[in-house]
Amino acid sequence: MFRLEKRPTPSKFWLYATPPVAVILTMIAGGILFAAMGKNPFEVIRTIFWDPIFGEFAFYLRGQLLVKAGPLILIAIGLALGFRAGIWNIGAEGQYIMGAIFGAAVGLAVFPTESRWIFPVMVVAGAFGGWLWAMIPAILKTRFNTNEILVSLMLVYVAETILAKASTGFLKNPEGMGFPGSRNFSSYPAAQNGFLYEPLGLHWGGVAALVTAVLAYILLTRHQAGFQIKLAGQAPRAARFHGVSPARLVVMCMGISGALAGLAGMFEVTGPAGQISIDFNTGYGFTAIIVAFLGRLNPLGIVLAGFLMALTYVGGEMASTNLGLPDAAIQVFQGMLLFFLLAVDVLTNYRFRLAVGAH
Amino acid sequence: MDIGGINPVILIATLMASAVPILMAALGETVVERAGVLNLGVEGMMVIGALGGFVVAVHTGSPVLGFIGGAVCGAALSLIFAALTQIFLANQVATGLALTLFGLGVSSLGGQGYNGIKPPPTGQLLPDFLADLPVVGPIVFGHDWMVYFSILMTAVLWWVLKSTRIGLIIRAVGESHEAAHALGYKVNRIRLMCIAFGGAMAGIGGAYVSLARVPQWVDGITAGAGWIALAIVVFASWKPWRVLIGAYLFGGITVLQLNLQVAGSGIPVEYLSMAPYLITILVLVIMSAGRRGKANGAPASLGQNFHASR
Repeated sequence: MFRLEKRPTPSKFWLYATPPVAVILTMIAGGILFAAMGKNPFEVIRTIFWDPIFGEFAFYLRGQLLVKAGPLILIAIGLALGFRAGIWNIGAEGQYIMGAIFGAAVGLAVFPTESRWIFPVMVVAGAFGGWLWAMIPAILKTRFNTNEILVSLMLVYVAETILAKASTGFLKNPEGMGFPGSRNFSSYPAAQNGFLYEPLGLHWGGVAALVTAVLAYILLTRHQAGFQIKLAGQAPRAARFHGVSPARLVVMCMGISGALAGLAGMFEVTGPAGQISIDFNTGYGFTAIIVAFLGRLNPLGIVLAGFLMALTYVGGEMASTNLGLPDAAIQVFQGMLLFFLLAVDVLTNYRFRLAVGAH
Repeated sequence: MDIGGINPVILIATLMASAVPILMAALGETVVERAGVLNLGVEGMMVIGALGGFVVAVHTGSPVLGFIGGAVCGAALSLIFAALTQIFLANQVATGLALTLFGLGVSSLGGQGYNGIKPPPTGQLLPDFLADLPVVGPIVFGHDWMVYFSILMTAVLWWVLKSTRIGLIIRAVGESHEAAHALGYKVNRIRLMCIAFGGAMAGIGGAYVSLARVPQWVDGITAGAGWIALAIVVFASWKPWRVLIGAYLFGGITVLQLNLQVAGSGIPVEYLSMAPYLITILVLVIMSAGRRGKANGAPASLGQNFHASR
């Protein structure tokens, strides 16, 4: 039998090789799953991973990639900062919803203004909404030592009920003939998050995602706060001796991830989604957890992972319309990716040895 | 005898039934966490159990086989978690989350074509003349057999954890895996079995949702019950009887808010339906504020992987 032997230092090679290996393993396992569902696995894999970039409709689908990757990257970077410090914000979905509601509410409150200041104000309101929602678990954690995983998750369900209330109640379109949902931002130019460059699918959310990635990279590699985050995650005791305040770290990491998730929600609802509706949120807050791990909790890695995950969304939609693959199959596929990643990751810290004889 | 349009006898009787899913899942997770493993995939295992139980019950026509099917499916999913955390030494928090995402995906994939079907009813255990008695009838005698089974499991787990050798070993592994290893116990193998047991219990809990509570199949049917179960384990300080109290408390709140919705209390429906989650948070705060620092009753090795270096 094999046994595991701890490496003296983590393997640099496997640190970078893990994600590609996990993707390949997921393609194989996913292919088997698709074959079991009676689809041609090669055709499905090609539709998901190849067609959106090089296929017949690539001119349109390439733009969709950044549209989907933007919010994922934005949320995942925030989450990764916390994960690195051992702070588990699992409720990004709720912060995303609250950011969208806050941002949209500010815009809709002054409908139909033409002021060009309204959009920046909405951006701030969106970030504030997400920050506020993340502060609840953060403060409860620092004041009462409450588990932030459970609290942030419970707040997702609360946010979903508020969203239902918003789209059928206080943010409902007064001219909507009784249908649920807010006014559509596509007919509200001053507050709309339109495309800056359509062929690439670039809107302000995409810009924010890429800028945030660079800033987060600088924070982690060049700034004292980034060092403290890494130290607290790897050696909590050493961090305390170093003078890192755990409470401040919790508030900072939760605050950043909440604000970024709120921003993502605000850009989404005023752009691609177009309006507040009961189900405008599509689980980006949860998928971003996979993205954060796939990107090795590294901002630049997360950008790549975000695009890869966006590819599975865009390609998955293609496979769903062209090949009749159920949407849930893509969800399973994404889940598998995280499993394989976590499994292969053992090779970063351990090596397999043939167990021969007794020790 | 109605109070504000709500009959207290029926309220108590319904809360006992509505608490079964979270009670079963939380009991399973208690054992898992007592062995030092934090499995955040309860929601995923429950939803898989809900689907597995539903499918088996619909095809065989037997709710008993359905619950067994739910247990098998929940345990099977938990084995993925067990393999990743115990063999590949993956981070337990991340793996648990992945398990939930995966379970929700698999269940919605496998559940296609099962919408709108009625499962065979889970029968009442005791004869009608007992259940028809006033007050004690509905509360004590009128339940289906799963309600009694869940109470029985609470007692069994309390006894096993407290006064048997197996319970002692499980607790040793959870409190100090180094010491348990030094005594010659196979830490990871014991944890693996506990995880599978937790998965089976979560699966049964999920099956009760789709077979008795709702009863039909819809996507994401467990709606966060798994997460509430996790919160209840903390609330209960990892003790089976307190898990029962916690589950009944939350079952009560859920039933009460549903009843208030029906009775038309004037409180908007949205605020009532977020009540169980808000109260869960409140209880978590009270429980963790009361015991700051180390002495919160959590197993000392909770969430830490064990690798035998010698």
